[in-house]
Amino acid sequence: MALVFAMWIGTSVVMTDAAVAAWVTSAAAWVTSAAAVVAAPMPPAAENVLLEDVPEDAGGALFVRWTTPDPSSSAGVVIERRSTDAERAKDPNLLWIEVARLGRDAVAMQQSVHVLSELSNAEPTRVRVSIIGADGELSEFVESEPLAPSVTIFSISRLPLFFVVVVVSIAVLGWVVAARMGASTRIRRIAALEAVDEAVGRATEMGRTVLFVPGIQDMNDIQTIAGITVLGRVAKTAAEYDARLEVPTCRSIVMTAAREAVQSAHLAAGRPETYSEGNINYITDEQFGYVAYLSGQMTREKPAACFYMGAFYAESLVLAENGNSIGAIQIAGTAEPSQLPFFVAACDYTLIGEEFFAASAYLSGERDQLGSIKGQDVGKALAVGSILVGTMLLTVGALLPDSVVGSASGYIGTVIRTFFGG
Amino acid sequence: MLQRTIPMLILSASGLILILAYFSPVTVVWSDTVVAWFNILAGVAFVLGAGNLLAVNLEKISSRRPGWAYAAITLVSFGAMLVVGLGKWGAVPNPAYPDVHLAGDQDSTQSAYGWVYEYVLSPLTATMFAMLAFYVASAAFRAFRAKNIESILLLGTAFIILLAQVAAGAFLTNWIPEGEWYSFLRAERLKEIILNVFQTSGMRAILIGIALGTAATSLRLILGIDRSALSKG
Amino acid sequence: MQPRKEQLPPGIRGLLVRLGRIDRRWIYLAVAVAIGVPMLAELRLPEVPEKKARATFEAIESIPEGSIVLLSFDYDPASEAELEPMANAMVHHCASRGHRIVFMALWPLGKQMADKTIDSVLKYYHPDKVEGVDYVQLGFKTGNEGVIKLLANSIDGAYTTDAAGKAISEIPLLANVRSVGDFKLVASISAGYPGAQQWVQYADSAMPEAFKLIGGTTGVQSSQLLPYFPTQMEGMLIAVKGAAEYETLVTEKYPVTESPERLGIGRERMGPQLVAHLLIIALIVLGNISMLAARGLKGGAR
Repeated sequence: MALVFAMWIGTSVVMTDAAVAAWVTSAAAWVTSAAAVVAAPMPPAAENVLLEDVPEDAGGALFVRWTTPDPSSSAGVVIERRSTDAERAKDPNLLWIEVARLGRDAVAMQQSVHVLSELSNAEPTRVRVSIIGADGELSEFVESEPLAPSVTIFSISRLPLFFVVVVVSIAVLGWVVAARMGASTRIRRIAALEAVDEAVGRATEMGRTVLFVPGIQDMNDIQTIAGITVLGRVAKTAAEYDARLEVPTCRSIVMTAAREAVQSAHLAAGRPETYSEGNINYITDEQFGYVAYLSGQMTREKPAACFYMGAFYAESLVLAENGNSIGAIQIAGTAEPSQLPFFVAACDYTLIGEEFFAASAYLSGERDQLGSIKGQDVGKALAVGSILVGTMLLTVGALLPDSVVGSASGYIGTVIRTFFGG
Repeated sequence: MLQRTIPMLILSASGLILILAYFSPVTVVWSDTVVAWFNILAGVAFVLGAGNLLAVNLEKISSRRPGWAYAAITLVSFGAMLVVGLGKWGAVPNPAYPDVHLAGDQDSTQSAYGWVYEYVLSPLTATMFAMLAFYVASAAFRAFRAKNIESILLLGTAFIILLAQVAAGAFLTNWIPEGEWYSFLRAERLKEIILNVFQTSGMRAILIGIALGTAATSLRLILGIDRSALSKG
Repeated sequence: MQPRKEQLPPGIRGLLVRLGRIDRRWIYLAVAVAIGVPMLAELRLPEVPEKKARATFEAIESIPEGSIVLLSFDYDPASEAELEPMANAMVHHCASRGHRIVFMALWPLGKQMADKTIDSVLKYYHPDKVEGVDYVQLGFKTGNEGVIKLLANSIDGAYTTDAAGKAISEIPLLANVRSVGDFKLVASISAGYPGAQQWVQYADSAMPEAFKLIGGTTGVQSSQLLPYFPTQMEGMLIAVKGAAEYETLVTEKYPVTESPERLGIGRERMGPQLVAHLLIIALIVLGNISMLAARGLKGGAR
């Protein structure tokens, strides 16, 4: 018994010593960590944490805004999102999910913002933000008020453009209807389009081919579509004159569309037997590979007439100069403003910008198509009017004192906002 | 009738969706789908184009048409790149999958594909573009003639820009002091005035016309007023 | 019957008329000499940076150190001569400033252009930069402006892996990059379509204040981008001249000692450009003198 007691006492003493040793060790550790905490205090917490809906989107996104009290001592920020009901159903302990851990650049300015995406529109989201201190310490988390992303059905900021689209569309359609009812559809003479017959006729007389290049872009470019519609008209003239038309293309879909257009044209001209699919081929997607092919073909076969109708880039001058060197009559049309000077300098006739888009309608001679050209002039009148009014207002604003201008613009802004219910 | 109606319906629906998506963010996903369909079609059409390329060049070779040697070179190049590219000859093994040959990287010149790109395609493309320098000179010599007032103005601005874009402009006009009423005559100032005022305004005018032309053409196509781009029928 | 040979006036006038009808191949030879000789003679001229180059420089300098920037290489070997100098200088500038760079391309060969700049500038002058942490190459993505629209919503919509096949979620640099709005700066070095204009139309207009947009472009395309500066585009570099000015600014602030010629390609090309421009002016003047000399002749001026 005494032995047991002695063992118990001894063990207790040992245990006590061990316990004391453990207590002392942990106390030392506590003191060390406390010292560390004292030495590196928690960074100040973020302020003004709020959520804001991302405007004019399809929902699912929110701005997280916060103020960093001391950017110079902040190394980053942690943003956590409150878990959704579905996420908590799978894991009840999952209350907050870290969605972003950003570096110094996110807290370099006092006012900061971060975009949260892929959020649910149905459930309000809540976030909390903590600033990371220089030593990696996290500040207290500051929560935001809950907010659900909202879906924008119509972008109010694009309302002015919407009005312009509606006005131009109504003008175009109105003139189409007016043209069908007999209104005048006189369009000024466009020299380049009057020369199509001359160019194709020249090719027939000389026994040489007509080369048509529909640009280097794909069918999703409006210029290529415009080029293909002009191709249809040129192909009809070529079929009537019995001239051989070659159409090398830069895209496979364009080749298909070009074949359809040329075949339709031969049918319309009453010469379906003269259509040859082999004259319309795909060359390559590579811009300068295509140009190299065209240059070689023009040098070897010396077409008498060359048409460049579509989207062109750097190769425009290469084509035009090659055509010039072989003595071909060249008619170009593009809506690439940077390439227009090269075509104007090197080609016999050039369709500039909207003349190119009007070409198909002009060549067709159909009343409703010509009416649509007149309709787009309404849009131009609107643009001219807006430029004149805007220039006048800016001039007046520059001449008047700032206070008068400020008051006037503020008044107009208030009226507009009231009108649109803002 | 269906051959024309169905393409027109697809064209109209796609066009209207793309216009709608610009104004209504909630429909953006529809427009992304339309764009994705087009990209898929373009990818499939590439096979069609390649087939056409083979057929045309083979026919040129078999019938010994003038220039058939170029067709032979085209076919050999096409075949070689196809084999080399698909087979990934000499590709650098991927560290994550060293035993999977097709996971290798063939962008470096160690691989045949990268070598052909670096030493054949890249210099050829740059050469074609470099030819523009010669064509610009010959076009300028032939076309820039002062026949009337407009062409004289054109020549004047051309000279100013040509000089201001290089050190000659600074050399000729640096003696003009800054801050005076006539300091706009310095080459870099004149260049800025010409580019920012005259050229930009002219460009904007052309762009407005192009935008209106695009809108009218798109309307004609979407509403089926102009069907010349659609199939025969 | 032989056609009558055109009677040209004697002396200087005849010579001038003949010169106006010179075979274009002599002009090509003159251009070759005008460009080749200064290039071989290494003609170098000082560049004074102008407003647009300064604005581009300031745009990169002004964003906080260590920001994540997106560089879109939207050009191919055809435009490499004009755009490579500015691409090299921009990458060196961003890396020297401590920015982390995400490379991408909207042109099929743009990825190779970016790889070339990474190898010749980033890895050469900044060997301490770690791929995946300091920079990443996302590669080319087909879809033109569709890619930009996808990036405006979510990076994952456009790219699921980088160019080497590593998943986006495993790349530390992109851990907190959800969309293009998370970049502090986007730069498009572009030769045409798709390019800087599409970045303005589809990215900048979607989130106008989310990031700074700068562009580098060829001389021919610059006229279409000028209206966007400085409102939608904070900086713009135009052609080799813009590249040379920007190189001057970058190398003044962040000089390199080894192989400085890698960051001097733009300035190297300005010498031949000067002589070529002077030649073109001389040809235009000659052509007009010839036209005047030919006035009154039968057949007139050509």
